[in-house]
Amino acid sequence: MGMPISHIMTSGMSGIRAAGDLVARMELSKSMRVGEAKDYVAKKLDVTTDDLSDEYVMRELREELGIGVVTSVAGAPKGIAAKMNIEKLLDININSCNKFRGQLK
Amino acid sequence: MATEYKLRMGDGKRVFMTKEQIIADLKEGMADAADLGSIPDLSEDELDKLVEILTMPSRMVGVEIGKEVPVTHDIGTIRIDGDQGNSGVGIPSSRLVGVMMHERAFGADTMELGHIDYSFKPAKPVIAQEMQTMEVCQQNTIVPLLYGAMPNMGLYYTPDGPFENPGDLMKAFKIDEARESMEHSAKHLTRDIIWIMQRMMASGSDGVNFDTIGAAGDGDMYASLHAIEALRKQFPDIYIEAGMAGELMLGMHGELEYDGTTLAGLWPHEQAALAAKAGANVFGPVVNTNTSKSAAWNLGRAVTFIKAAVKASTIPCHVNMGMGVGGIPMLETPTIDAVSRASKAMVEIAGVDGI
Repeated sequence: MGMPISHIMTSGMSGIRAAGDLVARMELSKSMRVGEAKDYVAKKLDVTTDDLSDEYVMRELREELGIGVVTSVAGAPKGIAAKMNIEKLLDININSCNKFRGQLK
Repeated sequence: MATEYKLRMGDGKRVFMTKEQIIADLKEGMADAADLGSIPDLSEDELDKLVEILTMPSRMVGVEIGKEVPVTHDIGTIRIDGDQGNSGVGIPSSRLVGVMMHERAFGADTMELGHIDYSFKPAKPVIAQEMQTMEVCQQNTIVPLLYGAMPNMGLYYTPDGPFENPGDLMKAFKIDEARESMEHSAKHLTRDIIWIMQRMMASGSDGVNFDTIGAAGDGDMYASLHAIEALRKQFPDIYIEAGMAGELMLGMHGELEYDGTTLAGLWPHEQAALAAKAGANVFGPVVNTNTSKSAAWNLGRAVTFIKAAVKASTIPCHVNMGMGVGGIPMLETPTIDAVSRASKAMVEIAGVDGI
């Protein structure tokens, strides 16, 4: 366990504490290099690329945008609901959201 | 008396080295990579930066603010509930809990779901369970969640699989038969990976993480690249991470090609192009750690190889930095001082897009 946590602390983008999940999504969905992925997400969020790893900036912004926050906030979008907001924000399709929509009557 | 710095050997043991010894080892490791891969040396500035990172007095170091990169994960939740064989810590928990712990407690940028046996083949008999778990995890997860497994073509050989063991055949000088066995196994492996991922995509998976491509040699890579190609064709939006097993593609078969390129003998910077050509989104290059050499030697060598791979690649590179690869010492509990230094060096000098 110590090894992955050491990487997260040394080099990682802090996941949903900041905007690491969003940058990772652009690398994984569009094969963007890290610089391009950060520029894309920063533009969509109207923040600087440095802000993407800044918990101080991202904590409130994530809650405002409904894209999921790391602490458990009652009533805030979580899981699929948060991802459906991420789809709109980043202008991408997420497979699990498509499947969820397909199950609605 | 010259100042000595606390470093690690490739097996993790503490050693004390002078700055001159560190520089000598860095240069020797770099020269080894440059010679083997026919790739450029690091610049003097980059070597200076490596010395600076290795001699920092802090127990833990970190990348400069603004240079952070996303981290992807092999083995996934098995590191929580798994046993020592998977470097797991044995905490009884569901895989959903494991995914949520990584997302909310550890700040993971991405996560993966994997079967406890962690190869594609053993996931087949329990596919309905894997599908159900993926569905539940996707409903509760925000970070990208991949299905992860090892191609592990060795499972298709006797006594574990249907095809005669190429090792036994080669010992009997039956080279053609050994090659045929690998070709049959590769076809079955490709078919199994596609079959499993069709079902995982139907369950909402974001995509797939190929962990340790080429572990059974060039046939393993051949099968994986063909599976990637087929999956990209069937699922244009699937996320595919192609992580390698070792630095050099072993030519167990020797004559297998992908897109006109012979797979045997490829180094990371040469493997990257094929992963992109097949349709992967992210490439995971590997450089093995030599346990008898110092962290300086191993890091000089690993950074040289990975910098060349990052430069050659047209897709993001997430360098493999688990136990015994990427300049990380080869032990179950790699020390934080060694991990954080290797991690920082890969981001700031090799220029990786992620880890």
